[in-house]
Amino acid sequence: MTAISPTDQAARATSIVAAEAQARARLRKRHTLVVGLRLAILVVFLGLWELGADYNIIDPFFFSSPSGIWEQIWSWVTEGTSQGPLWLQIYVTLEETFLGFAIGAVGGIVAGIILGRNKLLADVFSIYIKIANSVPRVVLGSVFIIALGLGMASKVALAVVMVFFVVFANAFQGVREADRAMIANAQILGASPFQITTSVIIPSAMSWILASLHVSFGFALVGAVVGEFLGAKQGMGLLISTAQGAFNANGVFAAMIILAVMALVVEFLITRFENYVVKWRPAPFNEQGT
Amino acid sequence: MQSQTMAAEKLSPVALPADAAIAIDDVTLRFVTPDGHMMTAIRDFTMTVARGEFACVVGPTGCGKSTTLNLVTGLLRPTTGNVRVMGNPVTDISRDIGFVFQADALFPWRSVIDNVAAGPLFRGMPKQEAYDKARDWIGRVGLSRFEKHYPHQLSGGMRKRVALAQTFINQPKILLMDEPFSALDMQTRTAMQDELLGLWSGLKSSVVFVTHDLEEAVALADKVYVLTAGPGTVKSVYRIDLPRPRVMADIRYDPKFIETAKVIWNDLREEVQLGQSRGLQASH
Repeated sequence: MTAISPTDQAARATSIVAAEAQARARLRKRHTLVVGLRLAILVVFLGLWELGADYNIIDPFFFSSPSGIWEQIWSWVTEGTSQGPLWLQIYVTLEETFLGFAIGAVGGIVAGIILGRNKLLADVFSIYIKIANSVPRVVLGSVFIIALGLGMASKVALAVVMVFFVVFANAFQGVREADRAMIANAQILGASPFQITTSVIIPSAMSWILASLHVSFGFALVGAVVGEFLGAKQGMGLLISTAQGAFNANGVFAAMIILAVMALVVEFLITRFENYVVKWRPAPFNEQGT
Repeated sequence: MQSQTMAAEKLSPVALPADAAIAIDDVTLRFVTPDGHMMTAIRDFTMTVARGEFACVVGPTGCGKSTTLNLVTGLLRPTTGNVRVMGNPVTDISRDIGFVFQADALFPWRSVIDNVAAGPLFRGMPKQEAYDKARDWIGRVGLSRFEKHYPHQLSGGMRKRVALAQTFINQPKILLMDEPFSALDMQTRTAMQDELLGLWSGLKSSVVFVTHDLEEAVALADKVYVLTAGPGTVKSVYRIDLPRPRVMADIRYDPKFIETAKVIWNDLREEVQLGQSRGLQASH
């Protein structure tokens, strides 16, 4: 065995600090590279589209152009749309989406937990849920318009059915997948059936439920927009269908981009909520700053 | 063989003392599989554990070792025969029972202290009292610095310590353990066995400890039950007369321990071979 002299240790310490600094610099460089490449792809894509439209390789009448879309959005923001100010259209669509999302999600979670905990109910109702789930739900939009009219209720109803089945299926699965040993453990530690549901079943189904909320918010938005498409007085869906009727490709693309931005903002908020609720979970192996 | 110097004394399995903590009397358990076949899990099974006694159950894979534990908890009911805990027939999950699982059964969304306090809280203890008690038990298993950690932030050995604290906080009179340390590495397992014996000597519960590891069984137990290949029944019972307190790291080099393990292994070996060959046939 040989002893290491203190000077060696000091030298070693400085070399560790240097190596760490190097590693951090490498990580920063890679991050810059990723962000830079993402921006480059966006610029090249938009640039080619714009050039293609300018030289008539891509017909701007059908496929619009980035500058045309921008002008359309700008005119909606500054002058308002044919059916009123832009923010009102966004507000109406968001309101329908959120209402539908909330009702559908709560209903789906409650139904999923009840059926997941009760084998008999699950066996009896599973066939009906399968049947209801196999109906193309967009068709129900027409039914809702006839029954509930051109107002908000028909859009909310369509968003609800879009959301309900997705959340229900996940909540049900989550309850069923709850770890048997964990349930037995709670039972032996002294938990009542109700305590087992609240402190074992629901938390362990939570990651399934949250995963379904991500997907189903998009569905709620589809439900609201399609509902507006089919007949409405306000909203982004009506804006699209008006633009479509006027062969205004700029309008269709502009509305599409506004919807995408809305979906991304809400997706971001749901992710924040999810991280807050399941902070006990280990960090995903490959989490990159975006 | 010179039986007077032996540490393992073969007992007759029929004696059923009235004051036993656990008495499983001539139990047979059959169940119908989902495809409609009748399966016998255990047959003509008799076992008694006295108050404060540490009993280990060893046997080949699939012989119904875990079934015996579930009979005691009441999660399974015998087809014939009866099971008594503390002199009373088993009807429901008893408050006297603690159970340590093979798999990780901690609640991953609860921190260490919330996991340990779970039992008292479920049983209706006031919050302040439950957390004080939990803090005390976390200290006893040496995890005071990790109260606020979540299970995924702990090592396998530390999670097992939390599981022990979670079980012991209810001060169970009956402690059932289903291969609790089988997923741990050798060094951690030895440390956990010492930890268990330390906690047990403070509480003096009656223990049924199921394992497939004969050396673990001999090192821990007062009494070892050897089961036959499935459907399991008791093949033989041995009393282990090694002095307590035992130190796990040293006991495996004790000549008396080695001799005892050898004797029981001779008994167990043919059952293990039988179980293995059946397993191979079944997989064809």
